[in-house]
Amino acid sequence: MHIPYTIEERPDSGLANGKLGIWLFLASEVMLFGALFSTYIILRTGATEWPHGELSVWLGAVNTVLLISSSVTMVLSWAALKVKDFAKSRLYLLATFVLAGIFLVNKYFEYSDHFRRGEGPWHSTFLAIYFTLTGLHGLHILGGMIVMAYFLGPGAGLWKREPEQFTNRIEYTGLYWHFVDLVWIFLFPVLYLL
Amino acid sequence: MHSDSGHHHPNIRKYLMIGAALLVFTVITVAVNRVHLAIPAAITVALIIAVMKGSMVAAVFMHLSDEKRWIYGALVLTVLGFLVLMTVPLFTTLDSIGTPIHVAPAAQHGASH
Repeated sequence: MHIPYTIEERPDSGLANGKLGIWLFLASEVMLFGALFSTYIILRTGATEWPHGELSVWLGAVNTVLLISSSVTMVLSWAALKVKDFAKSRLYLLATFVLAGIFLVNKYFEYSDHFRRGEGPWHSTFLAIYFTLTGLHGLHILGGMIVMAYFLGPGAGLWKREPEQFTNRIEYTGLYWHFVDLVWIFLFPVLYLL
Repeated sequence: MHSDSGHHHPNIRKYLMIGAALLVFTVITVAVNRVHLAIPAAITVALIIAVMKGSMVAAVFMHLSDEKRWIYGALVLTVLGFLVLMTVPLFTTLDSIGTPIHVAPAAQHGASH
């Protein structure tokens, strides 16, 4: 069965289905994280004291650098497909996947250090919102990695059959990935610095 | 405002420059934090830098500087919803139900007899 507008744009909107779909999904994601940021503000303004220096700024900064770098490699992966360089695109996508993996490994060390000291989400209001926000963000990183792994593995076959559709899929994966990066750009100062 | 062809044209040099700018801003964020500004000033500076970084990611990496009208339409609604969410914390300070401190003195006096 042929699904229309997977490659060509709809004449009325000028968009392919996937592009509009991913943006509507990202809109719902803004609401999800927006509600949690709002919760953070309520908890923080209502708290009699708020801890400073609980988290490793350097580890947070390193993770910020990792995610920004992964955003660059992600957009380069799509750009390589636009000039039909599949091998280079795969290399950039693999680099994005690896950078995301290192981010999660860092997060694992941070989490395990907290739990070793008995500082789970139940320990304080700050740690409760910290684990909620970073945990949800971490799940988004994991989700992105699963999608990337699919396009590096079984999903790569689409390039031979429908190169334009494959290019579009990598673009949509990139849009999601840049959003995950964007959320972290706000999480880092809010949780680690302020 | 939006591309007529419907296709974004990759600009490798631009992506690399934005990536470098984002890394520089990250260093600035951490450096400002080392100065130990007063909390309100620190929050303002950190959020201004974060908004600048976020805008660069959205405009260049997500191609929002050159997108179709429908996407902008969806995002206007998203921004409105986001602003509503950000004003929710204000209601916690406006709500005086259950706080006896806000009961008028005359009413308190009347209640004691």
